[in-house]
Amino acid sequence: MTITIETQTDQPLLELKDLRTHFHTFAGVVKAVNGVSFKIGAGEIMGLVGESGGGKSVVGFSILGLIESPGKIEGGEILFDGEDLAKASDERLREIRGRDISMVFQDPMTSLNPLHTVGDQMDEVLRLHSNLDADARKQACIKMLESVGISQAEERLKAYPHQFSGGMRQRVVIAIAMLAQPRLIIADEPTTALDVTIQSQILKLMRQQIADNGASMILVTHDLAVVSEMADHITVLYCGQVVEQGKTRDIIESPSHPYTRGLIDSIPDPTDRMARLNQIPGNVPDIRNLPKGCNFRARCPRAQDLCAEQEPTLKPQHNSLVSACHFPLQPGEK
Amino acid sequence: MTRFFASEFFFNYTRNWSAIIGSALMFAFAFAVLVGPFLVAQNPYDIASLDLMDSYKPPMWLEGGDPRFPFGTDGQGRDVWASILYGARISLFIGLAAMCASCFIGTFLGLVAGFYGGILDSIIMRIADIQLSFPSILIALFLMSAVGTGIDKVLIALTAVGWVVYARTVRGSTLSEKQKEYVQAAKVAGLPNHKIIRKHILPNVLTPLIVIATIQVGTFVLIEASLSFLGVGVPITQPSLGLLIKNGFDVLFSGLWWTSVFPGLAIMMLVFGINLFGDFLRDELNPRLK
Repeated sequence: MTITIETQTDQPLLELKDLRTHFHTFAGVVKAVNGVSFKIGAGEIMGLVGESGGGKSVVGFSILGLIESPGKIEGGEILFDGEDLAKASDERLREIRGRDISMVFQDPMTSLNPLHTVGDQMDEVLRLHSNLDADARKQACIKMLESVGISQAEERLKAYPHQFSGGMRQRVVIAIAMLAQPRLIIADEPTTALDVTIQSQILKLMRQQIADNGASMILVTHDLAVVSEMADHITVLYCGQVVEQGKTRDIIESPSHPYTRGLIDSIPDPTDRMARLNQIPGNVPDIRNLPKGCNFRARCPRAQDLCAEQEPTLKPQHNSLVSACHFPLQPGEK
Repeated sequence: MTRFFASEFFFNYTRNWSAIIGSALMFAFAFAVLVGPFLVAQNPYDIASLDLMDSYKPPMWLEGGDPRFPFGTDGQGRDVWASILYGARISLFIGLAAMCASCFIGTFLGLVAGFYGGILDSIIMRIADIQLSFPSILIALFLMSAVGTGIDKVLIALTAVGWVVYARTVRGSTLSEKQKEYVQAAKVAGLPNHKIIRKHILPNVLTPLIVIATIQVGTFVLIEASLSFLGVGVPITQPSLGLLIKNGFDVLFSGLWWTSVFPGLAIMMLVFGINLFGDFLRDELNPRLK
């Protein structure tokens, strides 16, 4: 192992190499994540996009080592700061969880325990991951709550989750996730359960928190509109595999994969009142029994005979894009 | 305390007659067993205070009754009323202690089975299933005949019978509780499993146990009475209500009915009170019935 100092500084904070997480169920093996690779540098936001059942959340749980039976990480590497988390012991993973990597969940109504005060649940993280005394911990919690925009933080510490509104709770959840100053935050659909009016507030808050703490983030969502506002890079998943990767602007402006094109087109255009809502025809194929060739073939407007025979591999396309398609879209092409 | 009196729970309580009667009976018994023995002149188990001349006196309102013995006396001249107060003490103690032990063991096993699953879960729940397929009195009888008699042995037998309901209930709630996002969130925060169980799962599975525990005290009092009646329960020197019934049963058909009828009525009222209050708790604490 000879690693020069130069490559160490260039080393991404998190690098997934060919991650494969499979679920061995009665009805067959579900390859929820089947060969996913990406890199996130320090301070970057990576958007992980795809339809329901595309394996997005499983990527997040795999990184944290929280895949439970019948699921199993079958192969690949999860290099966090150079350390392979796929091979780390439970002990080591517990140390990393909450301190180095934390998570924001989808539904703030259920991600806080109804029986404990907000202060208690915040304190828990600091008790585990810091050496501060009780008073210093309390001060840290108050400061954190204030920084996510909750006023009268000291009194609010004594409140129970049901005394908060949905948006406030998600602020608390974000505060808890940021408390131990983690280097990576995995946000799993953080705004899906919230009112549209609250969504942009929360997104803004998260971006600001990320910037203030110098952390990186994986933003898991099905909503390309959310990702386009937040992320530096986008990874599009389909059937557990990466179909397209690249810089956010390049992907949004001119994607090279027909699936990404479909996702972008299905964002409603508020300026055109008469337009019908676009959709991608068909459904995600049965992931236990994937067809030969390209998984997207049956729903793809550009599919040809080759797509049925040969599975496309990731190839560099225009601009910063990498995608897995035999007949990629060119810039400007619809 | 003011919060309790202002609560919906208390509001519903004041409007539910069966709950009021049930809790009144329970409190009356609690008072009777705590204070009662100091209020009666005779200690029925102190031989010095007994007089054989007083044997088989009928209740005071019948001919030949003696105002010193309001519910009559038994063959050794023991006051039935005093015996009931002392006996209820033992019955209630056994019921409560066995309930606590069952609840503790059952909850622990249920949490372990539900949270960790796998082989541990299979073993614990299969034992529970086997146990549930036998009548509880039969298991208790079998255990008592194996380990002998005595209050501690009765407690062991009742606990061995009683933990199953808690284990099953707690396991069920734990299974649904551990899917909740806040348990996932606690895992993500790096909390070790035993802390997740204690802090995030246990408090959320306790509510249904309150009802089970209340009703179970009544059930245990009855099982203990049956065991004592069958002669494998408490020793004769520490008679529970069940043993009092047994003692009187021998002479029941000679017209000396009071020695077993009054202890029987006492058991009935105690269990009736507990069940009435337990029903109220079940209605109150079950969100699906609201």
